Amino acid sequence: MKTLAPSPGLITRIGAPISVMVAAVLALAIVACALLAAWIAPYDPTDLASFELINAELPPAFTADGDARFLLGTDNQGRDLLSAMLYGARVSIAIGGGAVIMAATLGVILGLIAGYYGGRVDAVIMRVADVILSFPTILLALLVSGVARAIFPGAATAEWAPLILICAIAIHEWVQYARTVRAATMVETAKDYVRAGKVIGLPSRRIMLRHILPNVMSPVLVISTINLAAAVLTEATLSFLGVGMPPTYPSLGTLIRIGNEFVFSGIWWIALFPALALVILVLAVNIVGDWLRDRFNPKLRVKR
Amino acid sequence: MHMLKVLLSRLGQAALVMLVVSAVSFLMFRFVGDPVATMSRENATVEEKAELRRSLGLDQPVVVQYGRFLARTLSGDLGISYRNQRPVTQLIAERLPATLELVIVATVLSLALGIPLGVLCALKPNGIAARLVQALSLVGISTPTFVTGIVLILVFAVSLGWLPSFGRGQVVDLGWWSTGFLTASGLKSLLLPGITLALYQLTLIMRLVRAEMIDVLSSDYIRFAKARGLPSRYIHFRLALRNALMPVITVTGLQIGSLIAFAIVTETVFQWPGMGLLFIQAVSFADIPVMAAYLLFVGLLFVLINTVVDILYAVVDPRLRARSA
Repeated sequence: MKTLAPSPGLITRIGAPISVMVAAVLALAIVACALLAAWIAPYDPTDLASFELINAELPPAFTADGDARFLLGTDNQGRDLLSAMLYGARVSIAIGGGAVIMAATLGVILGLIAGYYGGRVDAVIMRVADVILSFPTILLALLVSGVARAIFPGAATAEWAPLILICAIAIHEWVQYARTVRAATMVETAKDYVRAGKVIGLPSRRIMLRHILPNVMSPVLVISTINLAAAVLTEATLSFLGVGMPPTYPSLGTLIRIGNEFVFSGIWWIALFPALALVILVLAVNIVGDWLRDRFNPKLRVKR
Repeated sequence: MHMLKVLLSRLGQAALVMLVVSAVSFLMFRFVGDPVATMSRENATVEEKAELRRSLGLDQPVVVQYGRFLARTLSGDLGISYRNQRPVTQLIAERLPATLELVIVATVLSLALGIPLGVLCALKPNGIAARLVQALSLVGISTPTFVTGIVLILVFAVSLGWLPSFGRGQVVDLGWWSTGFLTASGLKSLLLPGITLALYQLTLIMRLVRAEMIDVLSSDYIRFAKARGLPSRYIHFRLALRNALMPVITVTGLQIGSLIAFAIVTETVFQWPGMGLLFIQAVSFADIPVMAAYLLFVGLLFVLINTVVDILYAVVDPRLRARSA
């Protein structure tokens, strides 16, 4: 039967509903815009000399008092909001992505070790994971950045902010990877190919990385999509709370923080547009991630 | 016998976690920033500093210092805040009522909205209302708390001017507890932050109620009740919902800990004078004693709630008893 059917196109083969396709395109578009910020942004928001205070707090171009030069208006320093948002999205995505990569690397390595060796090593790693998991992400992230703030002097904190943020987010997110990879590794370790590898005397590291790892990678990729959304949100929250990216090099969260101070004076756009961009980005990634989770990993499926 | 085993192993686990949390808290206290530098006067001599170091016990082995830290903590002494030079215990006690009242309002709101919406989605899973609610819940998860807060402030405080957007309003002191429940301005002030915090919880409760209801509705005794011709209102609300609510109540209980931690964000948006605002100020000023104390406090709360729930579960559900034995 199957051979008689016309070869299905990519879209039908993936079998995603339209909402997921739209979300995927939207997410990719935002990521592309953010990556190309340096070329498509109308102004350079990192160039402090280009701001003019006379342009400060201009409303968006489509409102009555708007200025055609600034499509989404300007912030309190006369910075073009659209440009700041494009650069801000780049920062947000870079930190979110960095945190996911760091968490995945750490979690996969620890999960492999725990699942492969078992016993006391496993017990220690998983106990640490349990303790970390019993605290909310945001609390741990705040603690890490608070400690980092106490250790580094003021100026260095701003310089190291992206790295501090990545560590602060990854310290909680690795647990999920470790748990999943550990469970999968335990299953694989009991299989014949791994036993055969042990018998012929392959070094453990080689068995783990070359033979087990490829077989446990697919859930890791699924978790990563959902975690990217979560990481971007955590970064935004930290920046909003004032312990994330500094105003000189803002992420979307920092822009919302800046805008929040002007909400009371009726200047809504500085906070609202970055917030909108953030919600759309996270929502799009979440829709794709949810679908991926259901599609490729029935084991991970949540009851809906 | 089984029960005792479960009880002891659970309590042992709880004690272990608290020991780890207190150790982290101690390490922060001791090694992040120099306590001597922050406590001695501007141009203290080397001898004065050494003397202070001795009197603080900082020349002792780390394990001994940790022991002393534990003893002091257990007696309720959590040190002095670097920033406003007051005992940390006192600071937290002052801020506790504000946060707890906020959390109570948020929990009540999220249950009052989440349960009916979840039931609605479970009873008519393909209806327009259910789909709309489902779609909105995904938007809910993707919207950070502070954005919700800002939007609510923009609409209800700035544009419409109906509700206050910061602070607790007028509070009434009942001994050591100050409450906003007894004045009109206090209640009004609770509304926006309460809703903001509740929305974070609402999605979770709604999804849970829906999943549990669908599960229960497909069980044998419900089918039997339908076959007997019992009215559907009776089946849905007296039989099904009751059984579906058990895990919902548990999760709501477990979530109170995260809600307190999450209140940090809501309290920042609404300048709510609770523990969260205290903590975030401590983080930006690197006020280590306050941070360490908050960590200890929230950690204790988490462990306490988790342990009590686990033990209650073992008491209530005989299957769990057998499995863990």
